[in-house]
Amino acid sequence: MAEQILRVEHLEKSYQKKHVLHDINFHVDKGEVVTLLGPSGSGKSTLIRCLNGLEEYQKGTITFEGKEIVPTEKNWQQIRQKIGMVFQSYDLFPNLTVMDNILLGPTKVQKQDKFAAKKEALDLLKRVGLQDYANVYPRQLSGGQKQRVAIVRALALHPDFMLFDEVTASLDPEMVRGILNIIQDLADVDHMTMIVVTHEMNFAQQIADKVIFLEDGHILEQTPSKQFFSAPQTKRAQEFLDSMDF
Amino acid sequence: MDHSGISVLFEGTNFQRLLGGLWVTVRIAAVALIIGLILGIMLGVLRTFKNRPLRVILRLYLEFFRIVPTVVLLFLFYYILPRQMNFNLPGDQLATLVFALWVAAEMSDIVRGALISVPQHQKESGKAIGLNRYQLYRYVLIPQAISLEIPATINLATRVIKTTSLLMLISVMDVINIGQQIIEANNHSHPTGVFWVYGLIFLFYFLIDYPLSWWAKRLEKKRLERANG
Repeated sequence: MAEQILRVEHLEKSYQKKHVLHDINFHVDKGEVVTLLGPSGSGKSTLIRCLNGLEEYQKGTITFEGKEIVPTEKNWQQIRQKIGMVFQSYDLFPNLTVMDNILLGPTKVQKQDKFAAKKEALDLLKRVGLQDYANVYPRQLSGGQKQRVAIVRALALHPDFMLFDEVTASLDPEMVRGILNIIQDLADVDHMTMIVVTHEMNFAQQIADKVIFLEDGHILEQTPSKQFFSAPQTKRAQEFLDSMDF
Repeated sequence: MDHSGISVLFEGTNFQRLLGGLWVTVRIAAVALIIGLILGIMLGVLRTFKNRPLRVILRLYLEFFRIVPTVVLLFLFYYILPRQMNFNLPGDQLATLVFALWVAAEMSDIVRGALISVPQHQKESGKAIGLNRYQLYRYVLIPQAISLEIPATINLATRVIKTTSLLMLISVMDVINIGQQIIEANNHSHPTGVFWVYGLIFLFYFLIDYPLSWWAKRLEKKRLERANG
């Protein structure tokens, strides 16, 4: 049996009165790619933001690499170095160059050797086709370029696990393919374990080992990808798939 | 007229004395600004923390220095503190202290405002790469806040320089006080001297403050251009 890298049990989350996640249970094996699908407002983003401590949860446990996470800010700071996250709105730091954006985590948080970290950052930039942009500021980049840098910035910390939160949702259509190829490459070549929230159904189908289908904060279905896209178990999932163009 | 008012400026050491007074003014304003800005940045950062008692205390500090007129603050420190608390400082040092505390209060509000207007996403993406609170402020939030707040800070500096004209009330030998002495000493021989002396003082203040306010406007314009580009 494959090694479980992440296990979520009985997770509950509410904002004041609104209950947004109900009894969430799932696990992710090492090297597995999970896509999180569901209508807007179903709690997908909230759920993956819980997994690196950007959202607090009220009940339940998250176990990462065999250890149950005690959700204090200090512990999350450690865990976030192992769980990289890329957001919809890229969020590069506008006051730093591309290179300094990438190096901030490795050199300041992880105290890696600056020279080696820089060399590695350049290799990563090369991999996403941006080796000539190390010294420019984020405002000089297009949306797609910014998102690639954001991915590199997360990878530079050597994470064991990546979270992608609708990373192509605010990009021009012609930029989307490039970003998805990078993620695909991470899965195929690096065997990176990841959870991908996306509305790109073709991509989800292509990359996912397992699909978790979420609605109104409940997991309605978690099935191997092939089965989900050919014969989903629930009516809601079928309706959801029918409503998507792909 | 053989006693034209303008000549009062150049009689004896008058001009050097006025320059000396200007130097006192500039020195007090500059030292107060440096101390006040550093202290104000620290207080501004503390005011963004969630700790409630801390926020209340710093808010009271800000409001005290904002509401009480500067001249009252100067009198308070100059006349009352020495008597009540046996706290004695020469006038110019005391003025520096009062101005520094005032700058720190105003600055804390400017910094706090700039820090909370840095988008929430910036904070989250900083956290997502494992930055702790100190690193988040040091590398992400404060640098971005500073570029937002520089124009307001320069405007504060021009206000501080102007307000140093109150220093004569606590007997500091600033440019106004010396000008006043020169006018009084020459009132008889140069009745129109007052216009020339105050005219020169006006020019001094203008030459210091105008470039600052021009600079602030330019930076703000550039920032807006950048934000839109």
